[in-house]
Amino acid sequence: MLTPPQAASHGRRLAATFAAVALLAAACSTGGPSTAPTTGPTTAATTGATATPTEPPKPSGKIVVSNWDLYFPEDMIANFTAETGIEVEWVKHTTNEDIVGKLEAANGTGYDVVFVSAQFAEALNNRGWLETLDHSALQNVGNLAPEADQLGYDPGNTFSVPYTWGTTGLCYRTDLVPAAPTSWNDLLKPVAALDKKITMLATDRWLMLPALKVLGYSANETDQGHLEEARDILLETKTHLLAYDDTTFYSRLVSGEASLVQAWDGWCNYGIADEAVGSKIAYVVPSEGTDLWADTMTVLKASTNKPAAYAFIDYILRPEVGKTVVDLTLYKVPNPAAMDLVDPAVMAQFTNLAMSPAELLKGEPLRDLGAAAPLWSNIVTQITAGG
Amino acid sequence: MRLRRLILLGPALAWWAVFLVVPVALILAYSFFERGTHGGVVPTFTLDNFARALDPLYLRVLVFSVRVALIATIVALLIGYPAAYLIATLPARWRTPVLVLTVLPFWTSLLIRTYAWIVLLNREGLINRGLEGVGLIDQPLELLNNEFAIVLGLVYGYLPLMILPIYASIERLNPELREASADLGGNPIRTFLRVTLPLTLPGVAAGCIFVFVPSLGNFIVPDLLGGGLSSMIGNLIQSQFLRARDWPFGATLSLALIGLMGALLFLQAWLLGRQRREVLDG
Amino acid sequence: MADRRPAPWGRRFLRLELAVVLAFLYLPIAVVAVLSFNASGLPTAWTGFSLEWYASVIENEALLGAFGNTLIVGVATTIIATVLGTLLALGLERAVKSSFLDTFVYVPMIIPDIVFAIALLSFYNLVFSSLLGLQLGLWSVVLSHVTFDIAFVAVVVRTRLRHFDRSIEEASLDLGANELRTFWNVTLPAIAPGVVAGALIAFTLSFDEFIIAFFTKGTSETFPTQVYSMIRFGVTPEVNAIATVVLGLSITLVLASQRLRASAE
Repeated sequence: MLTPPQAASHGRRLAATFAAVALLAAACSTGGPSTAPTTGPTTAATTGATATPTEPPKPSGKIVVSNWDLYFPEDMIANFTAETGIEVEWVKHTTNEDIVGKLEAANGTGYDVVFVSAQFAEALNNRGWLETLDHSALQNVGNLAPEADQLGYDPGNTFSVPYTWGTTGLCYRTDLVPAAPTSWNDLLKPVAALDKKITMLATDRWLMLPALKVLGYSANETDQGHLEEARDILLETKTHLLAYDDTTFYSRLVSGEASLVQAWDGWCNYGIADEAVGSKIAYVVPSEGTDLWADTMTVLKASTNKPAAYAFIDYILRPEVGKTVVDLTLYKVPNPAAMDLVDPAVMAQFTNLAMSPAELLKGEPLRDLGAAAPLWSNIVTQITAGG
Repeated sequence: MRLRRLILLGPALAWWAVFLVVPVALILAYSFFERGTHGGVVPTFTLDNFARALDPLYLRVLVFSVRVALIATIVALLIGYPAAYLIATLPARWRTPVLVLTVLPFWTSLLIRTYAWIVLLNREGLINRGLEGVGLIDQPLELLNNEFAIVLGLVYGYLPLMILPIYASIERLNPELREASADLGGNPIRTFLRVTLPLTLPGVAAGCIFVFVPSLGNFIVPDLLGGGLSSMIGNLIQSQFLRARDWPFGATLSLALIGLMGALLFLQAWLLGRQRREVLDG
Repeated sequence: MADRRPAPWGRRFLRLELAVVLAFLYLPIAVVAVLSFNASGLPTAWTGFSLEWYASVIENEALLGAFGNTLIVGVATTIIATVLGTLLALGLERAVKSSFLDTFVYVPMIIPDIVFAIALLSFYNLVFSSLLGLQLGLWSVVLSHVTFDIAFVAVVVRTRLRHFDRSIEEASLDLGANELRTFWNVTLPAIAPGVVAGALIAFTLSFDEFIIAFFTKGTSETFPTQVYSMIRFGVTPEVNAIATVVLGLSITLVLASQRLRASAE
């Protein structure tokens, strides 16, 4: 986390503090995962794996996996353990931001496998905490669609494997909107009938997306002038918003409190799943284009049981497992063989599940913002600030 | 004397030295460092973060947050004081149970209770439907996603933190003192203003601080009940650390906030201390 | 006593006020309870009475386990913080006179939670994980929660020590009791309401704390970390059910202990 102080001769009192921090940091970073005392859930059996014997030992022991709650099919972990003997401790996280912050504070340790959205996986990799994946240890990686290899944040899936993917678009009540929306402008410049009947996503990257797309800019825009143009549009839209909402927007559609919301496709499906009004809820990707979001699986460099981590990811890449992920989450998986197994009735009810990988790839994969992150934060604060 | 000081102050101060001062000072020291391109901290000395913090935007967020937190504190005081007063003057065996009743709702989860408020307050929610049902309103009231909802959420969330310290200070009051005042011809309001209120001021001060401080830093209520439309200083700091992964700037904003509140609290402690000395001296 | 007199208008007003306050506090709880019996589990429409969410709570080991963990953390935190905080309050009131220390007591409250969370995990990671090879868990959450809870206990207990009538302590000492005995038999009973109020605050704050617990819990789950992780898919009906059970049990417990004490008198 901290490199040795480059300019240690400030002669300020703080220098002493810095040195102490650097020393402590160095003490733990030079140790590295291999010599550090057991920080992860290693077992005696797996520590031998680093010795690279000629024949790879069968993965065993235990791994710690962080993922959102309700994001693994019910029996998936039990089935995996029954088959492989590998124990999985599933630790839940709330948001990408929370788990990445936690990894940052713990210097990339504490877990074997972490599920995060693509742009966060890229950030973790840039920080040097992700294992470069050995595809020969992932037999089922060939099940992935060819398009899943071409995602801008990680071409060739070198440090991440997509778990689910999809788009961001407009989700609306067909009986409550005057006309079916086709453009982001239907959200950004709503007709009078939709005033205070619309919501936008609250998380910075998606909050900015509609305005950036209308202006023809990148979803990963870093130019200050362009971002300020988007800000001006969004400040105007804010006066018509019911709320910025990341979690309950689909229930607002169901109750009729909102008529048109910015939504991830999978979440729109939760509205469509409603028995009473679901048939009156529809999803559309606006004509200006959108993003391609992906939730990915990553292995931490600090993992003390990588063979088992690989085995877990490989298991999820099986078509029959991928199919259960779709059934549970109503998200698309980048695994055509798995999508083929999904019940046709489900595909018919949730039409956005049928989007092909080629169609998805028209969207722009979200990337880590790098040095532009503070600028984005400032622009988004200008939009959402109270007072 | 020295031994007693060590026994009384030693354990807590030692605990804080290890688990408060050292860890937090290390993070706040990041204010003088740069953010790495991809997050993390580069130990190059800089004062840029402080220059960035002077942006009027952040001052605006601070002023808004202080205003909302102040309103919440005043409302909590106005409804919490009488409640605490009554609880403290209940028959002894009822005091603790009723006190526990006031905190019980908080042994669920802030998130669950906040979502329940959304169910109650939204345009199609129970309150609006109820009022429409009895014909009091034609148009739904806008009870959610505005400053009103934020204040309501904060008052709701921190009301017990107002009631408990005031209770603790009223309960101590000697009932004979109030009776003496009444016997001397003081009417109840004068007795309250001259005797009860001054003696319970320490509890009032503690309660106000307990409500004001976490209200100022709250980020869940503005997000959920405020509809994310009016982010507060807590949201700002949270997003520096987690969204922008800009620890140095997050540390700078935190340092500024801690400094500001620390100064106010020092003033309060100094005034109370002076009052105490005056009482003791005569 | 004053309490036995017929209620004057002021008291009647106070009773009404307390009733309104309690109604305000319990209104959302009532919503939670009603939703927990709603067959669809959704807040949007009532689709019939059902106990299925209670049945699924019983099978939800993760949720129940997390709940048990939160009780453990809450009780352990409350005990440690109440002892340390009470001692600190006595010390600040009687052993020193320092506006600096008087202010410093508030510092744990004014540090933003996220700063605390990151600071503590960075520190634990260096000291406990890397140097000592310990795995973080519930114990490290307790360490974290005690740190801010001490402050709340100390401040509440102190409000009670102000204007404390020390002549009764002096009388006890004059009668030959030693300092410890005097503390136990005279001082502690006198400040007990403050200690109880402080302990209640300590438990409540620990019980509902999310971000610091999330950072410092290692691989354990607490009730808040478990509940918050579910929000990606909205609040599930099981959560409403377990919250209702907890409340029902606590209220029963409070009322039962009240009955017991009443009959003992």
